[in-house]
Amino acid sequence: MEGTVTFESDLNLKATELRLGLPGTNESEKQTPPSVRSNKRALPDMNEESRSKNYSSVTEAAGHGDRETAPPSKAQVVGWPPIRSYRKNSFQPKKTEADADAEATGIYVKVSMDGAPFLRKVDLKVYKGYPELLKALENMFKFSIGEYSERDGYTRSEFVPTYEDKDGDWMLLGDVPWDMFISSCKKLRIMKGSEARGLGCGV
Amino acid sequence: MREDRAEMSEDEDRALDLGGGGPDASNKTESSGGSCGAGDSPSPFPDQVLDNVLEDVLRFLTSRRDRNAVSLVCKSWCMVEALTRSDLFIGNCYAVSPRRVVDRFRSVRSLLLKGKPRFADFNLVPPNWGSYFSPWVTAMAAAYPWLEKVYLKRMTVSDEDLGLLAHSFPGFKELVLVCCEGFGTSGLSVVASRCRQLRVLDLIEDEIMDDEVDWISCFPETGTCLESLIFDCVESLVNFIALERLVARSPSLRKLRLNRHVSIGQLHRLMVQAPQLTHLGTGSFSFSDLMVQGDQEPDLVSTFAASKSLICLSGFKDILPEYLPAIYPVCANLTSLNLSYANINAEQLKPVIYRCHKLQTFWVLDSVCDEGLQAVAATCKDLRELRVFPMEAREDIEGPVSEVGLLAISEGCRQLQSILYFCQRMTNAAVVAMSKNCPELVVFRLCIMGRHRPDHLTGEPMDEGFGAIIMNCKKLTRLAISGLLTDEAFSYIGTYGKLVRTLSVAFAGDSDMGLRYVLEGCPKLQKLEIRDSPFGDSALLSGLHHYYNMRFLWMSSCKLSPLGCKEIARRMPRLVVEVISYRDEETDDAVEVLYMYRSLEGPRNDAPKFVTIL
Repeated sequence: MEGTVTFESDLNLKATELRLGLPGTNESEKQTPPSVRSNKRALPDMNEESRSKNYSSVTEAAGHGDRETAPPSKAQVVGWPPIRSYRKNSFQPKKTEADADAEATGIYVKVSMDGAPFLRKVDLKVYKGYPELLKALENMFKFSIGEYSERDGYTRSEFVPTYEDKDGDWMLLGDVPWDMFISSCKKLRIMKGSEARGLGCGV
Repeated sequence: MREDRAEMSEDEDRALDLGGGGPDASNKTESSGGSCGAGDSPSPFPDQVLDNVLEDVLRFLTSRRDRNAVSLVCKSWCMVEALTRSDLFIGNCYAVSPRRVVDRFRSVRSLLLKGKPRFADFNLVPPNWGSYFSPWVTAMAAAYPWLEKVYLKRMTVSDEDLGLLAHSFPGFKELVLVCCEGFGTSGLSVVASRCRQLRVLDLIEDEIMDDEVDWISCFPETGTCLESLIFDCVESLVNFIALERLVARSPSLRKLRLNRHVSIGQLHRLMVQAPQLTHLGTGSFSFSDLMVQGDQEPDLVSTFAASKSLICLSGFKDILPEYLPAIYPVCANLTSLNLSYANINAEQLKPVIYRCHKLQTFWVLDSVCDEGLQAVAATCKDLRELRVFPMEAREDIEGPVSEVGLLAISEGCRQLQSILYFCQRMTNAAVVAMSKNCPELVVFRLCIMGRHRPDHLTGEPMDEGFGAIIMNCKKLTRLAISGLLTDEAFSYIGTYGKLVRTLSVAFAGDSDMGLRYVLEGCPKLQKLEIRDSPFGDSALLSGLHHYYNMRFLWMSSCKLSPLGCKEIARRMPRLVVEVISYRDEETDDAVEVLYMYRSLEGPRNDAPKFVTIL
């Protein structure tokens, strides 16, 4: 737009003029429209060879920190396959068909303790037997369970570990062999006090 | 998922009006802007009338293509268009400066800005390369106080930027950050607390630092306008109680995507608070270690049954497959399902997918195998977009999906428009079949993960398959090729790829001819990214006629020399030619990365040491 525009009589034809130059430009001496507008192949001599240019070589970073090298070594291939890294790291490799059924994903059961506000979750497959499991429970809930005897159950402590089996019955932990236990346990509960007494007498 | 962010993943881009410098600020501008419809002088001058009418008419134009066309008619139209354009799309943040933008466009309410080249997603761009949001937010804070929406993709955003944004735009409504980094939860907390009109906060595939700030608690206490809250990429824990309360006081919430720290029990509680959700990201879909005493086993099935508006489901980040049946009640309504984090097999997928008759978008892991894809093909007759991601992104294994799955999909899903398929082995025959069965294909991206791998049945290169795609799919605009490919494949692309706008090439081609075919044959080419292919300087020179029409060209680990790149820079002054080096020392050996793009501004002043601008 011209700097001084008079409204009085001028229809301002320049503003509504249709011309080959782009409306945003003001220099009327611009000879060659940029090839962006044309699908034709531009001849080399149309590309402003005579224009002087500023070559800027390496420009200093404006305080954006040191560059960290990310050199791809010849042996590795960086960025291939083209998956974003959070997807790559998301999974453990899948086991083969043969293993899949046998291993499964662990046996998770909920564990609650009377008086504690939070439940926990344990994977029974991780433990080899009752002592290990009990130790883990003691650590988890910060209590002490004492010893187990077949005759008396857990006499040394006011906490009694119990579990609910497949039939919905509440059993004392340790009454059945370990393998039978882990296949039938649905959830664990650490009972406190008198509630537990009645369970001390086996199935 | 980005299915509704058409702008963000769109390959379309009309060339920025390169010649359009800012119009001079003049009396004419002020008066025509000010007297819109008001007529405070007795007889409006002819040109003012024109401008007023034009302004009113142009407000109806929303497509940026149309607006770019309008701006080319004459000076007057250019100016009025600039005054009335409210949605700004800038496909390359370095193509134009914030200053120039702010000078030309005066009433912008929505900005979409894209930064780094796409290969940055795969660690091919060193950190601190650029694409800083700071200069943009600073310029806009002064110029556009009424700004409402900001969409950023692959930009570097700092907490300070977010703070400035939150403080500068009182009517701010939508913030969408895709593949961004540089900020943390402290930046989020400022946005949450200051942007009282916020409707949309979508964080998609960002890297967000854990500043241990409870940003979820920072939203206004008295109720929010939130319609969309997407934070599945946030790696840090969120305060669940605060989240639950937030959902409860956000009656407009329709889209909620949780991160992987939200357990299935917590999901249940949130769904009960928000049965009106249309889009749900389910978080972990697993137990957490800690659960509140007294929680019953959540009745998820009823909860899903009550969510009658759900059409888009995602998440499942640590899925316990035995809980997947809980989603059965919503399957019949789903148009979009993202199971791409769910390690499930075909048997686990089938009962779900058999119920999803309306599915249009499906993202899945290859753990479901060809058999799972066959089930998809059998049921999802309206499928438009399919993405099959690999569980193991390696090159040397058998792989659970193959040409069998691709063929099945092509036969069952005839409406397919977009496919991204990762596999270890493929045949030309299956690709040819897809080219014939799926004429609606717009996006075809096949990634055979083994480099240079031929058709595994015939031993032939994959030229014929991709050739068929480019020949038969008349609407194709985006193509990604892989496997063993000769110059022949490129010849097909150059001959038939008249609509192709985006092309991704990796480990392909024999000689310079390959690149030449494409540069000489594809008039609509906008975005070309090439890695590890034997293309050299003379091929690069064959594209001089076209580079101003493109948004960018990326070539890494090809056969370019510094001399060849310098020649391009010399002959094309409006092109910024960046040579990115992975190593410390300058070298005259082959150029590691060439990244070049048209720009009105010349070399940028924020380039780090490892970038040389020629």
